[in-house]
Amino acid sequence: MSNATTTADDATDAGHGHHAHPSFLQHHFDTPAQQYDAAKLGMWVFIATEILMFGGLFVAYLIYHALEPALFKLAHHALDKKLGALNTVVLLFSSLTAALAVRGAQRGKRNETSMWLVITIACAAIFLVVKYFEYSHKIHLGLLPGRCFGHPGFDKCFGEAGAATTPLALSVTEHGTLLQLPTRANMFFALYFMMTGLHGVHVIVGMSLLTWVLIKNIKGHFSPEYFTHVDLGALYWHLVDLVWIYLFPLLYLVS
Amino acid sequence: MSAVDVPVTGHANDHGDPHVNYLKAKSGIGSWLYTLDHKRIGILYLAMVSLAFLAGGIFALLLRFELFTRGKTIVDAETYNRFFTLHGAIMVFLFIIPSVPAALGNFCLPIMLGAKDVAFPRLNMWSFYIYLIGAGISLYSIINGAVDTGWTFYTPYSASPTKNYVWAMTFGVFVLGFSSILTGLNFLVTTHTMRAPGVTWRRLPLFVWGMYATAIIQVLATPVLAITVLLLGMERVFGLGVFDPRLGGDPVLFQHFFWFYSHPAVYIMIVPGMAIVSEIIATFTRRAIVGYFAIAMSSLSLALLGFLVWGHHMFTAGMSEFSTMLFSALTFLVAIPSGVKVFNWTTTLYKGDVWLTTPMLYALSFIFLFSIGGLTGLFLGSLSVDIHLHDTYYVVAHFHYVMMGGTVMGFIGGLFYWWPKITGKLYNESIAKVGWFLVFVGFNVTFISQFIMGSRGMPRRYYDYLPQFEPFHKASTIGSWILGLGMLIEAYALLSAVFSGKKSPPNPWGSAGYEWNTATPPVLANFVETPVITRGPYDYHLATPEELFDGFPEDAPKK
Repeated sequence: MSNATTTADDATDAGHGHHAHPSFLQHHFDTPAQQYDAAKLGMWVFIATEILMFGGLFVAYLIYHALEPALFKLAHHALDKKLGALNTVVLLFSSLTAALAVRGAQRGKRNETSMWLVITIACAAIFLVVKYFEYSHKIHLGLLPGRCFGHPGFDKCFGEAGAATTPLALSVTEHGTLLQLPTRANMFFALYFMMTGLHGVHVIVGMSLLTWVLIKNIKGHFSPEYFTHVDLGALYWHLVDLVWIYLFPLLYLVS
Repeated sequence: MSAVDVPVTGHANDHGDPHVNYLKAKSGIGSWLYTLDHKRIGILYLAMVSLAFLAGGIFALLLRFELFTRGKTIVDAETYNRFFTLHGAIMVFLFIIPSVPAALGNFCLPIMLGAKDVAFPRLNMWSFYIYLIGAGISLYSIINGAVDTGWTFYTPYSASPTKNYVWAMTFGVFVLGFSSILTGLNFLVTTHTMRAPGVTWRRLPLFVWGMYATAIIQVLATPVLAITVLLLGMERVFGLGVFDPRLGGDPVLFQHFFWFYSHPAVYIMIVPGMAIVSEIIATFTRRAIVGYFAIAMSSLSLALLGFLVWGHHMFTAGMSEFSTMLFSALTFLVAIPSGVKVFNWTTTLYKGDVWLTTPMLYALSFIFLFSIGGLTGLFLGSLSVDIHLHDTYYVVAHFHYVMMGGTVMGFIGGLFYWWPKITGKLYNESIAKVGWFLVFVGFNVTFISQFIMGSRGMPRRYYDYLPQFEPFHKASTIGSWILGLGMLIEAYALLSAVFSGKKSPPNPWGSAGYEWNTATPPVLANFVETPVITRGPYDYHLATPEELFDGFPEDAPKK
């Protein structure tokens, strides 16, 4: 296998800077196309794992919804449909701006790419702020998961005594209607907090990822030949958006 | 092939000369701790999974010793519960799942594809460190009083407030899952994008096919385990209630979720073992493996079927009759791809030029023991029989015949087979064969007695037993000692080869496999230049005599 001329030639060429070897190409790849394909496939496979992870929660939701459809319908009125819809619009718009950022990178327009990335990140921040108001309102009312249900502000549901706490029936007036929620409604809120919570973590991860891409873009790491990070960051952001597209009707629009 | 064809290969870099033996290209502790080289990461994994195997093995010997006599032998019942939990959890999550893919797969897969490394070397390193973190968290749980729930962590027992360190163990499992996902992701992408010219899908070594099928399961099943243990953790912190009947939840849902991962995980364990056996059988019969494509596809169908049969762990847990029948019928389908493999291997042996080296003895043991493990599985898949055998020693013996008699035999066989490739040294064949004999005999003595006990009603996980089971428990414990001794001898055979073994020729087995086509041990970049493959890995009729020569090049007969 050994080829004496090749080895001798390379021995003198120590370090980087080989001809026909773009600086962004890692050593173990033969061509930029191979490197790009690998990265893209890797992100798709990772997205598949994310969908299966959320899949467990969707299955749990379907089972408990099938067991008590009337209760889920009653409990879902406690969620704020307007804020949910606002967040849906914000995320959908951010998916568009993420796609436009990729288009900017493809055409080598660095400033344009940066602008779209900033708008996408800002949308993510708006989403989280809205979510924060929703969560704190629920916590304030005691619309909490599991044994904490009916304990406003997580009252007496942690620590030594917490283990013995049981959920309490709750009457709340939301959007002008009085909702009388039995203790069993805890399951709806368990699923609400798990699903939107895990999604929220993904929003934060997506934001960090896009910020990192933005910094790289400002530093001028990308070109029309090499914009893998922008592409993959946007792909991940579409996943975050997609999951919400399913969460919104399942949780906010039960019928 | 000339250097002009492949201008980017053979490119020297800052991280060591790519054309020097990978063990010598760099030196110092740092060169191992921060390595991105798939071969070194494979060795780091090998060291860690071997330690985990040792720890799990010690717990196995301890719990077998406790069962030597009725009543208390060495420890009380509480401690015994911890022993079997730790034996199971360590063996499954820290040893057997990462064993073949992360250690041998990492080492061999890129070389078999003619690639310089896996697609994401940095992710590969992270996978190892995530494994270490997960192992550390599990160790924390063990030191602080351990876990006595069994490795399956069934709710509601595992979620009860007194089980303080279950969260640590399950969090460790959560972290270990990410390590497994990253390995799987890397192998999938590497197989798709990093194949050298000429390595077509139909020329892929069967080991790669096995790793590919395993990677699919790792990537698709492990996230479900992640969400399951996350829900279990939330159950403890917030009293979430999804698995708690007092809050309207369903503990059986935990079992469904758990087995939706853990049944496919059985195939994460066994398919790599089968993958190794396919390589060993082809090399030591000196012929093209019979039914190459059927074996490759059977790995994929095992990966697919593995997702459809989780319910057979729960026949007695309260499912509808219709579901149990459906799961039972689907379970029998698993026999088809398993049978395809066993029949093709045995057909390859027929009129093959069989060379009984240590790896070959392990491969033959695999076929023999896996057949017993597989056939006894059919009894467990039958609904009426399972009602009698569920949660007895019969089940314990069945899955040990598959996991230990299958995967571990394959793993040790693979270690001996690739040991010259990894270390550049030859092991002592006589010592290794003595070790194999003790392992084989010890294993059968340990677990055949468990089949008999189980079929007569001895429940698993019990601390004490009735007088009529005493002879079987004694035999099983004595068998475990023989097995343990055999394992120690094998460890000695492997380690002594590293320090005092003879130098290995480039292709000590005269194999046509691609991985023997480069230097032994491989150079840092695996190949001096990207190879162009013109034949399949089992095409003994197309390989040149030089390629198949099993001595040193200087001793080769001149043309």
